[in-house]
Amino acid sequence: MVDAIYRSESRRVLATLIRLLGDFDIAEEALHDAFAAAVEQWPKDGPPANPRAWLVSTGRFKAIDSMRRRARFDASQGKLAEQLEADASADAEWDDDGVPDDRLRLIFTCCHPALQADAQIALTLRTVCGLTTEEIAHAFLTQPPTLAQRIVRAKNKIRDARIPYEVPTRAALAPRLDAVLHVIYLVFNEGYSASSGASLTRQELSAEAIRLGRLLVELLPEPEAVGLLALMLLHESRRAARTSPEGELVLLEEQNRASWDRERIAEGLALVERALGSNRFGPYAVQAAIAAVHAEATSAAATDWPQIAALYGVLAGIDASPVVQLNRAVAIAMADGIEQGLALLDTVHLPGYHLLPAARADLLRRLGRLDDAAAAYREALGLVTNEAERRFLERRLVEVARPGP
Amino acid sequence: MKYLCLICAETVMERMTKADAARLFEEYVEFTKGIRKDGHFIAANRLLPASAATTVRVRNGKVSTTDGPFAETKKQLGGYYLVEAKDLNEAIQVASKIPGARLGCVEVRPIAEDPETLRAIGPTAPDGPR
Repeated sequence: MVDAIYRSESRRVLATLIRLLGDFDIAEEALHDAFAAAVEQWPKDGPPANPRAWLVSTGRFKAIDSMRRRARFDASQGKLAEQLEADASADAEWDDDGVPDDRLRLIFTCCHPALQADAQIALTLRTVCGLTTEEIAHAFLTQPPTLAQRIVRAKNKIRDARIPYEVPTRAALAPRLDAVLHVIYLVFNEGYSASSGASLTRQELSAEAIRLGRLLVELLPEPEAVGLLALMLLHESRRAARTSPEGELVLLEEQNRASWDRERIAEGLALVERALGSNRFGPYAVQAAIAAVHAEATSAAATDWPQIAALYGVLAGIDASPVVQLNRAVAIAMADGIEQGLALLDTVHLPGYHLLPAARADLLRRLGRLDDAAAAYREALGLVTNEAERRFLERRLVEVARPGP
Repeated sequence: MKYLCLICAETVMERMTKADAARLFEEYVEFTKGIRKDGHFIAANRLLPASAATTVRVRNGKVSTTDGPFAETKKQLGGYYLVEAKDLNEAIQVASKIPGARLGCVEVRPIAEDPETLRAIGPTAPDGPR
């Protein structure tokens, strides 16, 4: 009973306790104390009518109690306890359905741009998702003490610099929402792109990002939040198909489309439509729309490349980054002709990025210019760091370097 | 809460053309007027260039002085605003309007208000507790 409530309510209770107590660490301790009290009392007295409200008020008074105890050594704690108690009686009638979800405040605070990017991710996974420090460290291939320190530093900065616990105002929302979406997307990608290593933990990381995306859409249904959730679902739908049983990378073109997750695709497609229909869409919604075109194609040959090329054109208008230019060039190669795509690819400047020579190699291979393709694959191999991608490029190199019949 | 906004500039006013410096001064007049009106202003000053700086150290009771600022960087401290803001978001909002933020950058640093610090500074400090 308490376990189930912990899983469903602990994050929301924590988010409210942070607001009421004004401190992450005190709130975490209060959360712990509240659940300890629940384990003791609920089996005896039966569960309360509103477990969440019970946990919040129990946690709050436990925190005030422990501050009072500490006041014997530190006078400032006594003042704080008095203040908190006054607040608590002031809103004794406090009805938690009347308050906007505190988890939204928590998300915006954890993803505050004044915190280091790594710390934003770690703090979000720790407090919003409830992952343990060990789990997060494992997923990001860092040491738990390093990660714990990162979280401590972020909490200290929130307290010392007084980062407010609030949802930004309309006027400030767009850039702040971007920061939140970026954190969620990074978490997703960390779980999606790295196909080697602790693959199970990685998959959980993507699942966590999708859960976060859903929560955000539920709390703040902005078109870009909807777009990001759609993008993640559409990518995730291909997870099983993108690696072979031997763990090798399988390109979209060669994937077994029967193993795509239809349920996720259906959900993703509906969300794409919702995001684009708003007319306030941004880069995530457009990327999701591109993923949707792929998802709708029954075979690689049936892909609507002109549509994809057009969407990349829209995306390039919003985000003129060279990576977008690269993808647009490939789409144009498929839609209008390889030569045209190759010419466009030559205008992309992305030093040190392995996917540029890899894309050129692929187009050259399609043109039958195998020697040039081999040279480009070699160039890509000199830059690639991911093991699965390296093996893929090596396989391709062997294919094009093979002497013809 | 008080925040110190440290203005880091790549080009100090002394190195600007007369017209550019005059324009920048005008922008500072406007900005400062604004934050005085909004109640954010506590204090501000412009610093002379780092070439006028002297760094002082005392080791084993001996005073040593060296020419220049304590950190040699391309950007140098050009001035500061001490502002009152309810939280970091408000402080960032004020800092983002400092004209120097468009030319260099502004470091926003919270002022310590713990009892020990307040006791050490005492009530006579010009920018102390009010």
